[in-house]
Amino acid sequence: MNTFKRKLDDNKFVITVELLPPKGTDVSALMEKARMLQGAVDAINVTDNQRASMRLGSLAVCRLLKERGHETVLQMTCRDRNRIALQSDLLSASALGIENILILSGDHPRNSENRGAKPVYDLDTVQLISAARLLEQGVDMAGKKLEGKPCFNIGAVVNPASDNADLQIMMMEKKASAGAVFFQTQPVFDIDQYSIFAGRIKHIPAKIIPGVALLKSASFVNFLRSIPGITIPDEVARRVEAAPDQLKEGIAICAETIRELKKISHGVHIMAIGMEAHIPEILSRID
Amino acid sequence: MIITTQKPFPEILELLSRHKNIFIVGCAACATKCRTGGEEAVNLMAAELEKEGKTISGRKILDTPCDIRVARKDLKEIAACADDAVLVLACGAGVQAVEKAVSLVVYPALNPVFTGTTERIGLYHEYCSLCGDCILGKTGGICPVTRCAKGLVNGPCGGAVSGKCEVDRDNDCAWILIAEKIKNNPSDKNILKIFVPARTVVKPGRITPPVKK
Repeated sequence: MNTFKRKLDDNKFVITVELLPPKGTDVSALMEKARMLQGAVDAINVTDNQRASMRLGSLAVCRLLKERGHETVLQMTCRDRNRIALQSDLLSASALGIENILILSGDHPRNSENRGAKPVYDLDTVQLISAARLLEQGVDMAGKKLEGKPCFNIGAVVNPASDNADLQIMMMEKKASAGAVFFQTQPVFDIDQYSIFAGRIKHIPAKIIPGVALLKSASFVNFLRSIPGITIPDEVARRVEAAPDQLKEGIAICAETIRELKKISHGVHIMAIGMEAHIPEILSRID
Repeated sequence: MIITTQKPFPEILELLSRHKNIFIVGCAACATKCRTGGEEAVNLMAAELEKEGKTISGRKILDTPCDIRVARKDLKEIAACADDAVLVLACGAGVQAVEKAVSLVVYPALNPVFTGTTERIGLYHEYCSLCGDCILGKTGGICPVTRCAKGLVNGPCGGAVSGKCEVDRDNDCAWILIAEKIKNNPSDKNILKIFVPARTVVKPGRITPPVKK
């Protein structure tokens, strides 16, 4: 039973969080975070070598989470695998009981710890979404018939804070036409801007789960601002900086943002980046 | 043209370490234009190598060293002496044509970087990656395969800021340029509105002349 998909289908408000696989094989800290979130969230997104940093694989972590009773969203980027490996991993995910897949292009390796790595991008996100839907029909990209069809709940990403919203909306339309049924987004810090964006995408037949991030400190705000696709308004940055207890202020901002987003979206996707222990506190303040 | 840069001199010296006599081959085409393999560059290289105790057994600038016929014709005179080497100031296509033309061991002095579009001498852009299946007809004459850092063909990622690429803030986002250029294209022709399937480009490796009947 895919509880995340069912809630989305039933138009219920979903809460997802993002956990980052460790660099190494020790999953105990990640599993402890997941345990704290059990019952409080609908699914855990597991990132795929985020920021082109080599990590334990998303598929393995998703499976380990599943075995402990967590619903997961497997993040898959187009960066590191060609169409053979991507399709194969989609089949593997399905065989391991992982249906929720979030498809992203993936941060380019050039500005990462692996700057010499060959970027693959054999398929782009629209093509990978379409390939996943093709596999569900029992055929692969080479036109070969499959023994046993996979079944997916496919999501994609969009950046509502982009300064080129028209292009982001066009891409959303393409991704939805290719088969994406939910969207998760980069963190939203400007509710007014997001609601304008949300008003412009009502025609897209997909569930939108905007992102929120926990701004744990002023230095963290600066770090986030250096990541492509993340925009933090100056007034939000100033609010964190001026607070006597920056973490407390960050939690308050996060809860306020979720309360506002609850009115205009199908869910929220919380990125706490190392501060997952505070998610239950944030969630206790959103009703 | 093929843009080349000179290898660091210590690397060239290391390549030539077991050779005393060096024959230098230059390129009168691309490498002359980007000042890495013309007369000036060849003479400078000869002088540097002489300073390091090498003997320059000869030097020749070929019109097009990447043409095996030219290389064979122009390099006939190179006497085969087992210890000698040929240092080629051309791209890899040139080095490998010279390799076919001479029996001596051949070394590159340059790094081929990309097929360049020249803005002025010294300022080159990589706009074409010789992908084998040109899509410029659908993209307003701007190549996303090359100029989008991720080579995305269905449209942009979400990382551009103020029209600049998330990977290199000095580069324009190719898709923002394309969108502006094709904004008046009808929907059924507009690449931003239609699904572009995965490209299946297998480069041939060689091109043969048509067979005459």
